[in-house]
Amino acid sequence: MKVAVCVKQIPDPASDYQLDPEDHTLVRPNEQVLDDTDRYGVEVALQMAERHEGTVTLISMGPSGNLQGVRQALAMGADKAVLVDDPSLKGADSLTTARVLAAAIEREGFDLVIAGTESTDGYSGVVPQQVAELLSVPALTYAIAIEYADGTVRIKRQTATGYDEVESETPVLVSVTSGVVEPRYPTFKGIMQAKSKPVDTLTAADLGVDGSVGQQVTAVDVSPARAAGEKVEDDGEAYLRIITALEEAKVI
Amino acid sequence: MPWVYIEESQGAPVTVGLEVLSKARSLGEPTVVYVGEGSDAAFATLGAHGAAKVLHITPPAGMLGTAQVAATIAELIAAHSPGVLLLGMTYGARDVAGRLSARTGGTVLANAIDVSLDGGVSAVNEVFGGAKLVTTRVTGPGTPLVLVRPKSFPAEPSGGDVPPIESVPLADAGHAGSARVTGTHTEKAAGPKLEDAAIVVAGGRGLGKEEAFGMVEELADLLGGATGATRAIVDSGWVPYAKQVGQTGKTVKPDVYIACGISGAMQHLVGMKDSSTIIAINKDEEAPIFAVADLGIVGDVHKVLPQVIEALKGR
Repeated sequence: MKVAVCVKQIPDPASDYQLDPEDHTLVRPNEQVLDDTDRYGVEVALQMAERHEGTVTLISMGPSGNLQGVRQALAMGADKAVLVDDPSLKGADSLTTARVLAAAIEREGFDLVIAGTESTDGYSGVVPQQVAELLSVPALTYAIAIEYADGTVRIKRQTATGYDEVESETPVLVSVTSGVVEPRYPTFKGIMQAKSKPVDTLTAADLGVDGSVGQQVTAVDVSPARAAGEKVEDDGEAYLRIITALEEAKVI
Repeated sequence: MPWVYIEESQGAPVTVGLEVLSKARSLGEPTVVYVGEGSDAAFATLGAHGAAKVLHITPPAGMLGTAQVAATIAELIAAHSPGVLLLGMTYGARDVAGRLSARTGGTVLANAIDVSLDGGVSAVNEVFGGAKLVTTRVTGPGTPLVLVRPKSFPAEPSGGDVPPIESVPLADAGHAGSARVTGTHTEKAAGPKLEDAAIVVAGGRGLGKEEAFGMVEELADLLGGATGATRAIVDSGWVPYAKQVGQTGKTVKPDVYIACGISGAMQHLVGMKDSSTIIAINKDEEAPIFAVADLGIVGDVHKVLPQVIEALKGR
């Protein structure tokens, strides 16, 4: 089974995010980390490959930087990575991103594509579905559990009131939530091996994708601030402040 | 003229669809693309909220259907070239919008909290957990698709009549449309609905262990509110997915939101930061939740919550 998994390197969420004052795109430092939500996708991909004689290829778009994020996913056990790094893709919208990812996935070949539900930094939450449409395959979305047998993928799909059981034959794309599996931590051996695993770096032109962007940021405003909140250190009596706040809100 | 995508849930148009339709009235005469079985009552509700016309698509029985629905809407868009398609941001709408944009080449703006048609289609969304508002204009080809977050606009009836209904045949989507639904599981919920509750008491990883969610339930019960949860503890299996508040989950705007052991990840904040009063209890005084809290208690949730519960029981 050939498994392709979409991953993204993002600025460390613990750091302060900055917007470029010129074009309002997110400033991406040289050192980026693997988006935490992608660790779940990588784990699903590895489990599928381990159980069904498969290979796992990471597919990513964005500035390579020092490749720290991609190496994290390789250290977990992925076999190789394909990274599309092209200045013309700076500020790419979701559809352009999906066109790039789909073209790279098609170039590698696939039975199963795994993606996170949404990235932590951009969170448009539509790229997996766009990729599926471009690849002409079903999208089993918001998977909280996944299994595979005899050419059929079955998932539990999160809904507003619970979950549905959904299934489809491969080739298929599955988008996963972060509850789907417990991601493994890279071993020392894995970290050492990751350094010599192949990372193909491509441009948009290599894939025949036009990097045009269909949207433009026209304004960035500071959100109207909430009424200045109060922060109280608990001295054993802080619960009384909560009672008072509930009274003021007229809910008790 | 604006088009509005609305799904059916349990025989009625979804609430977020009616919210977006109410907004669409201020942008022109809305045409609704309605996806569901359809009924006189459902169509009357659409008319009452301002639908001037309804294009009715019945999804395929027993199938996931999002690919067929997207293919069908793509044909409608090709035939009518609407200025914009607005979609209330449900799980299904995200699936349809993604596929539709790939099919038509139209740009998707997601997580919109406001939308305008002045000088082209533009939408406002929140970044950095709501600290900044970004306005984005569509410059690309095709009909722009705007996914609107729940509770961005009130659902207000305008008293319109039942609009003309046009039944649209379903397009074929080949292998992409082959996903089947073989079972549906609805989690049982007691008390008020999370999205509609006036009071929400929510728990996060800071509770430490699954059993501690019992305190959250007890407090919600005493206040007549609903319980909510962060993605972290839902993913850990402590509470059902239907309780999740945040980006992937429910958006709530209660009178009072009590965050217990919640650090305040961006993912969570977008789902609750517009609550009228936010009370947060967290050990870490640097936790981002305190930036949106009206009252922040820096303390141990295991000490403070039992005290609040005891005090309320004594009233």
